[in-house]
Amino acid sequence: MIKLLQQFIKKVFRDLFKRKKHIKLGLYGPPNGGKSTLANRICKDWLGEEMSSVSHIAHETREIQVKEEIKMEKDGKELSFNLVDTPGIATKIDYEDFLKQGLKSTQAKTRAKEATKGVVEAIKWLDDMDCVIIVLDSTKDPYSQVNITIIGNLQARNIPVLLVANKTDLKKSKVKKIEAAFPQYEIVAISAKKGKNMDEFYEALFALAG
Amino acid sequence: MVDLTLQFMPYNDIEHLDTAERVEKLLDLVKQNKILLLEGRLKREEEIEFIKRTMEEIDETFKGVEIGTIEPRDKANQALLGKFRKSVVNFILGDRRGITIIGPASVVKEIRQDPDKIELFTTGKGLSIKNKKIRKKKQK
Repeated sequence: MIKLLQQFIKKVFRDLFKRKKHIKLGLYGPPNGGKSTLANRICKDWLGEEMSSVSHIAHETREIQVKEEIKMEKDGKELSFNLVDTPGIATKIDYEDFLKQGLKSTQAKTRAKEATKGVVEAIKWLDDMDCVIIVLDSTKDPYSQVNITIIGNLQARNIPVLLVANKTDLKKSKVKKIEAAFPQYEIVAISAKKGKNMDEFYEALFALAG
Repeated sequence: MVDLTLQFMPYNDIEHLDTAERVEKLLDLVKQNKILLLEGRLKREEEIEFIKRTMEEIDETFKGVEIGTIEPRDKANQALLGKFRKSVVNFILGDRRGITIIGPASVVKEIRQDPDKIELFTTGKGLSIKNKKIRKKKQK
């Protein structure tokens, strides 16, 4: 009985957001998973311009970035959304890690401070999302509590989720590990940097949000 | 040299607390450089609140936390009786199932987890035992 009620509520919510003209599509995940690279790829493909700056140093995105009114068209279908690139969610931020990456002490401390605020903002924005793409680095261990917590929270909020296994252009990429960790989700394997398998990604995005 | 403290916390200790109180209690203990072994797990919304509060507390001395949870997994081919038994156990025990490990990032370098085991690696900083690895087998 409770399950039926839950399914009914879920359906009502889904129908509600389907009727929205513009949806908020969030990019979430741990730091350095490639969220901003994917945001740039999407914007380049559909708007012809980039959105965020990217860096090999973690926590490059420390503020929420929004690109409004992105319109996609595929097989006669249209999808319109605001793309929200969020700072990577982490449980620890050590300014000394930034020192090791070559930043000066003041820069490292400022970056750490901004990064902590960014994580708080990203969490606050969770409730505003209509759909979320979780961007995971397929060269890293997917069984982290951050990943489990983000996915669990989206599930609890009835927000549709698409899991992306990014960085498949790298030799260490292990998509199967992500598939094994989250068997209840469809995983789309891509390389946002190289633009690999983006067609399948856009199809999955249409299926999720269209 | 500082001793490493592992503190076990039965679920009873946080059962009566609301989300904010639970989060504060756990964070207070972790900030005392203790590694917590919590019976059971936090609710999903408590986990995200815990991360948020941790971020708000980070400064030059407190670098954040490492956290890992392990709980019994469902078997894909579980028989009907097994599923029923699991539902009953879930109903009775709720969030008491499994175990959660939380440690300060200055002491715990990494927690690696998969469905069957959880591994904790320490930084070695300020510990009497360096690079200690604690392996907790899945609780049946």
